Amino acid sequence: MKQFLKTTLLVAATLWSVASFAADPTVPLDEAKVDLHDKASLQRGAQLFMNYCLGCHSMEYQRYKRTFNDLGIPEDLGEANLQFTGEKVGDLITNAMPSEAAGAWFGTAAPDLTLVARVRGADWIYTYLRSFYVDESRPFGVNNTVFPNVGMPHVLQELQGVPRKTTEERMIDGEMQDVYVGIKTDGSGMLSESEYDQAMLDLTNFLVYTGEPMLLEQRQLGWKVFGFLLVFTILAWLLKREFFRDVKEK
Amino acid sequence: MKKLIAWFDERIPMTKTWNIHLAQYPAPKNFNFWYLFGVLAMLVLVNQILTGIWLTMNYVPSAEGAFASVEYIMRDIDYGWLLRYMHSTGASAFFVVVYLHMFRGMMYGSYQKPRELLWVFGMLIFLVLMAEAFMGYLLPWGQMSYWGAQVIISLFGAIPIIGDDLTLWIRGDYVISGATLNRFFALHVIALPLVLVILVFLHIIALHEVGSNNPEGISIKKPKGSVPEEEKPKFKFHERFTNKYDIVDAFPFFPYYVVKDLVGIGIFLFLFCYVIFFAPAMGGLFLEPPNFEPANPLKTPQHIAPVWYFTPFYAILRAVPDKLLGVILMFGAIVALFLLPWIDRGKVRSIRYRCGFHKVNLTLFVISFIALGYLGLKPATEVYTFFARVFTFLYFAFFVLLFFYSKNENTKPVPERITK
Repeated sequence: MKQFLKTTLLVAATLWSVASFAADPTVPLDEAKVDLHDKASLQRGAQLFMNYCLGCHSMEYQRYKRTFNDLGIPEDLGEANLQFTGEKVGDLITNAMPSEAAGAWFGTAAPDLTLVARVRGADWIYTYLRSFYVDESRPFGVNNTVFPNVGMPHVLQELQGVPRKTTEERMIDGEMQDVYVGIKTDGSGMLSESEYDQAMLDLTNFLVYTGEPMLLEQRQLGWKVFGFLLVFTILAWLLKREFFRDVKEK
Repeated sequence: MKKLIAWFDERIPMTKTWNIHLAQYPAPKNFNFWYLFGVLAMLVLVNQILTGIWLTMNYVPSAEGAFASVEYIMRDIDYGWLLRYMHSTGASAFFVVVYLHMFRGMMYGSYQKPRELLWVFGMLIFLVLMAEAFMGYLLPWGQMSYWGAQVIISLFGAIPIIGDDLTLWIRGDYVISGATLNRFFALHVIALPLVLVILVFLHIIALHEVGSNNPEGISIKKPKGSVPEEEKPKFKFHERFTNKYDIVDAFPFFPYYVVKDLVGIGIFLFLFCYVIFFAPAMGGLFLEPPNFEPANPLKTPQHIAPVWYFTPFYAILRAVPDKLLGVILMFGAIVALFLLPWIDRGKVRSIRYRCGFHKVNLTLFVISFIALGYLGLKPATEVYTFFARVFTFLYFAFFVLLFFYSKNENTKPVPERITK
């Protein structure tokens, strides 16, 4: 019987560990080291989002007020500098572009980004934002390695500069060959390569936050509940031991 | 207080019911770990009903408002995220405990005579639970809600002649739409929970009529007068149980198993709360990532997989090349479980005293079930489909083999009494 249980559990455990449920990406994704405790990073991410993304992408399930409060931005300051749509600070973060018009202009409606981190994952967003490259065959002159034939232009080009797929000549098996070494910017942007990476990490961090604005509160409460359960289980066990004394005696 | 109780007892069988079902109900003394899952299933059912009521207060059952209202609950309602995660985690937890509960029944032969009806009520609960979970999964109106429902409902289209009309009747539209959402909402919050609660009631009444089985699979009811006074437990059992039999090796369910179950409940809640607070999506198993995107009838997801608790049956469906045959086999997998009390012709209940081949057979059945569950999550590639066929074969082989070898099984001698 014991052996039977052991085998069953072992098989279950093996199958479980083999199971990987992430979508298979076509390119390897870079790890986004997001940190929801880093308020400065989240604030910079919010600033990037409101200035560069919100023109087309809404965030229609999240409110300005909640965002400002959670990120430690005073409401009046946020309203003056970060709120370009909506009338009141309690409004949802919507935008002005009608989705029918977006369909006509870009071929598809720009997706709402409130939950994009829960759909795609932080690594995907972080890699995607850094994977635009010049491709003259596309309507907007750019393409993306993570999202082939993406419908949007490279909005952050003024920050990154012009990114190109770069090859280097290398000696392989005694022959000189062109080897793809990744996407490199021409340096015409406002940010250096490492600054751009940091900015994209900030933006990713912000999107992870908006996907689950309750995440920190949730974990905090979780520890308290664990504390309660510990006391509860110990008391229940003591009670059980006490009651089972008379079962053993009789 | 005594007067108050007496006042009630004259008007309703309050104390009597309490005694028959709890304080003087004889429960075998050797219940082990596996006997926890019935209580846990009740706990999760209560959790689902309570959190469900509160979720309904803010949920908007319409194609336009459903997805946004769920996010409204998650963001703008105080502790709305907690209610939602308790409900979504509870759905998966329900199937975890119910599958383990069913496995317990299979291990110790709890479906055998005289507990056939008890088992059938349990299977009905399982069936209604699947319908309940399936309809509940449409309500968040995400991509997987929509396309998962599309795939499952289209299965009914495989039925000859009436298939197309039947799917139309279920959906209330030519595609899944707001009409489908509204009827699923009605069934999910009123009709099915009502049926579920009634079935659970019947399940318990049937259990207390025939008495609980135990890991040894032997009866604690002995012929009246056959047990010497000093061997009888020194507890008072209700005369309903002691009228016809001498009860041995048992103690009252309350307070003994109640306090024991409390410990188990505490440990279960640790796991349950870990998921709620630290991994509510459970790596995409409990809440699938595409479901955080609103339903879009024009955009089919690359890979549609039902939630994990349906995947064993989904894998069986996909393993068969012919759609109608696949549907038949999928439902057959559940029907076979229904018929288990009659498929198993053995006289010995517990796996402890059954033949070695039965142990192997049951192990293979469990492995097949888990493997099918895994395969159902994966895309149907050639290799996966091959394995799905192998495990589908093994799944059904369990029942066929059981039917034959259980007739004249080489069992070990069964003890008279529970010795532990």
